[in-house]
Amino acid sequence: MTTGTLILLIIVAAISGMGSVLDEAQTHRPLISCTLVGLVLGDITTGIILGGTLEMLALGWMNVGAAMAPDAALASVISAILVIVGHQSIGAGIAVAIPLAAAGQVLTIFVRTITVFFQHLADKYAAEGSTRGIEMCHFMGLLLQGIRVAVPAALVGMVAGTDTVNALLASIPEVITRGLQVSGGFIVVVGYAMVINMMNAKSLMPFFFLGFLLAVFTNINLIGFGAVGLICAYFHVKSLARELNSGTGGDNTIDDSDLM
Amino acid sequence: MAEKKLTKSDLVAIFIRSNFLLGSFNFERMQAIGFCVSMIPALKKLYKGEELKSALKRHLEFFNTQPFLATPIMGIIAAMEEQKANGADISEGAISGVKIGLIGPLAGVGDPIFWGTLRPVLAALGAGIALTGSLLGPLVFFIAFNVIRLATNWYGVMYGYSKGTQLVTDMGGNKLRYLTEGSSVLGLLVMGALVAKWTTVNMPFVLSTYVASDGKQVVTTIQTVLDSLMPSIVPLLMTFICMYLLKKGLNPLVIILGLFVIGIAGYAVGLFA
Repeated sequence: MTTGTLILLIIVAAISGMGSVLDEAQTHRPLISCTLVGLVLGDITTGIILGGTLEMLALGWMNVGAAMAPDAALASVISAILVIVGHQSIGAGIAVAIPLAAAGQVLTIFVRTITVFFQHLADKYAAEGSTRGIEMCHFMGLLLQGIRVAVPAALVGMVAGTDTVNALLASIPEVITRGLQVSGGFIVVVGYAMVINMMNAKSLMPFFFLGFLLAVFTNINLIGFGAVGLICAYFHVKSLARELNSGTGGDNTIDDSDLM
Repeated sequence: MAEKKLTKSDLVAIFIRSNFLLGSFNFERMQAIGFCVSMIPALKKLYKGEELKSALKRHLEFFNTQPFLATPIMGIIAAMEEQKANGADISEGAISGVKIGLIGPLAGVGDPIFWGTLRPVLAALGAGIALTGSLLGPLVFFIAFNVIRLATNWYGVMYGYSKGTQLVTDMGGNKLRYLTEGSSVLGLLVMGALVAKWTTVNMPFVLSTYVASDGKQVVTTIQTVLDSLMPSIVPLLMTFICMYLLKKGLNPLVIILGLFVIGIAGYAVGLFA
C-alpha cells in the first residue's frame, strides 16, 4: 500500500469513527463505510457488496438512550481492508467483523469515559466565560472518536495483504466461512428483533403480521409496503383519535389537520 | 438599551452546530457539551461578562435525546434566552425545566421514527441493491436519509424558535402520540415484510425420496415441507426467539455469535445451504 493510499485510508477511517458517535450523516454504517474504504483502495464493487452484507447484520444496531450498540465503524473499516487488500471472501469479512464490532464497542465506551474529563474541563471554561475553550472540549471528544478507528485502520492497513495475514485468513476452514455466509442470510433477524422490541407496542403487532403475510404471498416491493403502511397508519391514528376524543366526552368531530 | 435580537444567521449557526451535537458524548452528562456548543452563537449575541458565564453554565447541564429532535429544543431555548436577555422574567429553572421536560417525549417520538423505521427501511433497501454491487445502494441510503435528517434539523431550529414556548403547550396534546403510533404502525408493517423478504434460510436436508406413479423422482426436503406450510416461517420464529432473548437481557452480540454457531454447525451437517 502506498503512503498516499494509507493517508486516504486513515482519513476515511476517522470519518467513520466520528460518524459512529455523531450518528448524523451515517458514515459509520457498513453500507457507507465499506464503500468509502473500497473507493480508497481501488475496488469499490467489493466494498459495496461487503457493505451491503454487513449492513444487513447491523440493521438493528442503534444507540437508544444511554444503551450502546455494537460498533459498526471499526467492524466495517477493518474487515473491508482485510477483504479488499488480501483478496479474501465476503465470508471471511463477516468472520472478522463480529469480534471487531465487540472490540469497537469496548473502545468507544473507553473514549466516552475519557470524555467525562473534557466535560469537567468545559465547566472550568464556562466559569471563565471562554466559549472557545468549550468548543475545544467538544472537538477533542470528537477527535478521540476519530482516532479510535483511524489508528487500528492504519495498523491493519500496513500489514494487510502480507503473506502472514493472508495465510492467517486462509487458515480459516471453508466450513466456517461458508457457514458464516449461510448464517449471513438470517442473522439480520437479531436486528429486526431489536427494532421491534424498541417500538414496544404489543397492541400494534397485527400490523407486523400483515406485513409478513403480504410479503410471503404477494410480490409487492418495498415502496408498496411503505404506501400500505401509510394507509394503515392513517386509519389507526383516526381510530385512536376517535377513542381519545370520545373518552373526554366533549365533541366527537375529528380535526383532520391533527392527524398529519 | 437597544433590544437584543437573534438574526437568521444566528439560527443558521445553531443549525450547523446541531449537526455535531453528539461529538463529545460522555457517560456523565451525555450531550451536554454538544448542546452548549450549539447554543453558543445565540448566547454570545445575547450576553456579556457574568451573564454569559452563567448562561454557558446552565447549558452544560445533563442533556440527552434523539439527536435530530434536539433541534426544536434548541430553537425554543434560543427564543427563551432572547426574551430573558431583554429583561423578561424567565428564571434559570424555567429554562432548565423546558429542556428536561422535552428530552423524554421527543426521544420517545424520534427513536421509533428515525431509528426504528426510517433508517432500517432505507438501509435494507440500500443493502438489497448493494448486494448486486451497484453504487446505487449506498447512494440511495445516504442521500435519502440525509435529506430527511437535514430538513428535520433545519425546520426543528426554525420552527422551535418561531413558536417558542407555545410549542411546549402544543406538544402536550395528542399530536405527539398520533405521530409515535402512526410511525410505529408503518415501521412494524415494513419490519414484517423484511422478515419475509430479506432473509434467506435454505434447508435442503432430504427427508425422503420416492418415485411417483408417473415415473418422476420426488425429493422431499425440510424446505419443501416448510414452504408448503408457510414460507419464511423459520426466520419469523427466529425473530421471536431473538426478541425473547433480548428482553431477557442477553447481549445482541452473544445472540449473533450463537446464530453463527448454528449456521456453521448446520452447514457442516448439511441442514443448511
